[in-house]
Amino acid sequence: MSLNILEISYLIASLTFILGLKMLSNPDSARKGNLIAAAGMLIAIIATITLYQDFDSEKLVNYGLIFLGLIIGTVIGTIMAKRVQMTSMPQMVSFFNGMGGACAALIAIIEFQHHQHSTVTGFDGELLVMLLGLLIGSVSFSGSIIAYGKLEGKIQDKVLPMNQVINMVMLGAIVVLIVYQMVSGSDPLLFYALLAIALVYGILFVMPIGGADMPVVISLLNSFTGMAAAFGGFLYGNKAMLTGGILVGSAGTILTILMCKAMNRSLTNVLLGAFGGAAAGGAKSASGDQTVREINISDTAVLLSYSQSVVIVPGYGLAVAQAQHICHELEKLLEEKGVEVNYAIHPVAGRMPGHMNVLLAEADVPYERMQEMEEINSKFANTDVVVVIGANDVVNPAAKNDPSSPIYGMPILEVDQAKNVIILKRGMAAGYAGIENELFFYPKTRMLFGDAKATLQKLTAEVKEV
Amino acid sequence: MEQVLSYIGENMEMVYFLLLAILLGVEVISNVPAILHTPLMSGANAIHGVVVVGAIIVMLQASPDNYLALSVGFLAVLVGTLNVIGGFVVTDRMLEMFKKKPKKS
Repeated sequence: MSLNILEISYLIASLTFILGLKMLSNPDSARKGNLIAAAGMLIAIIATITLYQDFDSEKLVNYGLIFLGLIIGTVIGTIMAKRVQMTSMPQMVSFFNGMGGACAALIAIIEFQHHQHSTVTGFDGELLVMLLGLLIGSVSFSGSIIAYGKLEGKIQDKVLPMNQVINMVMLGAIVVLIVYQMVSGSDPLLFYALLAIALVYGILFVMPIGGADMPVVISLLNSFTGMAAAFGGFLYGNKAMLTGGILVGSAGTILTILMCKAMNRSLTNVLLGAFGGAAAGGAKSASGDQTVREINISDTAVLLSYSQSVVIVPGYGLAVAQAQHICHELEKLLEEKGVEVNYAIHPVAGRMPGHMNVLLAEADVPYERMQEMEEINSKFANTDVVVVIGANDVVNPAAKNDPSSPIYGMPILEVDQAKNVIILKRGMAAGYAGIENELFFYPKTRMLFGDAKATLQKLTAEVKEV
Repeated sequence: MEQVLSYIGENMEMVYFLLLAILLGVEVISNVPAILHTPLMSGANAIHGVVVVGAIIVMLQASPDNYLALSVGFLAVLVGTLNVIGGFVVTDRMLEMFKKKPKKS
């Protein structure tokens, strides 16, 4: 009886996951979708605790520990998620993803202990599922934590000499360890060797990948954790874990591919060809020592106030400076003066696709003002001023006309079509791809150096005066 | 080889399940606008937190004097819960900001 109720609860949970994911892909229903999936998760957790086995008074300690874990996890998780700045969302997602991976790996470790006592002859499917769960969970855990550290700025990009070779060797060792155990039976020593290699592999896998490609990696690791969860579900024949895990595994993979497409690169290219390596060298020297032209705040204010149409291109610099609110203020002010203001959103601007939309939405920028790349690119020719705030690679014309550039072929916002371009930037440092931007040296381009927030504040005050 | 085949045969129901769920995942996510990529990834991140159910099962199966299993299991429940709760709350915060605007404009 109670077992049937448990199965039905898992069925309901599975349905809410599917429904929730579906609703999440539509702006109008997204929030409800998230809540529905959360409700399904609650049902699955409560049903497991109460119905999985008939209550056993000997296991009071276990129940206590379960509730303690749930409570501590809930409190810490809620605090972290509530406190995090909108700019730090990507690394937060990465961190939570790593926790899920760790959970899957820990489950595999305990199940392996139990499995030691069983004697299976012939093909041991259970062991294979365990080994794969351990492997993918640990890679996802260590990789996500490195991705988190890199986005927080706590870990620098580092490429070991022959990093790719080392990774290949480790991957080979992993395959050997799994195959060997499948053929000759499980061995605790080899099991923990696999765990260690998987953890190191996760670190080395993410380490050489540049900041600009981090979203793709996080999305990939996200689908890894989904797979690890599905392996756990397979182990227990648990349908809720299976549906949730597989759904995320396959949906996450598709999402990863969509992100790569937005950058016009293949997944292998992202994972193997780290930006900023030898390839960037050639493009760098091409611009030589040309000089940039600066513009001051009051001239900018005049230029903007007397324009017909202005397009703002936000980038990661806007996010770092937390300048989205003041940016919206400037936009409203210009609107009052009869200037048409729009935002051009590059699909991979910021650290995650959709990152800029989330940020601008936080500052109450209306939906219709945020225009996607294809839409806005045709309008640049009729735009008087483009203001680029903390964006670099997504407006780099080298992507169109320099085949030697590492970002060649990536679709960009064609801001060089506009009559004037103003670039708000802290200094002349290159973008995440580590390459020079010839746009800065164009005759129609003016540089406005300084922190995005401080500059926009001064600019807004100045525009009020005009 | 025969053993591998028979293992798959025994678990045929699961294999069906696996394939259908993969196709469903692909189907559900196609045609998502770029705006929603981040919230969608975050929401999916919360959903795979269902792995915490496995951690709870581990705890329920462990015998009360198996301290190793209990402590590792406890850790698993803790980090799994972090994944679930953190994931859903972060996603909700992201989406909350999208919701405000239609009212305003």
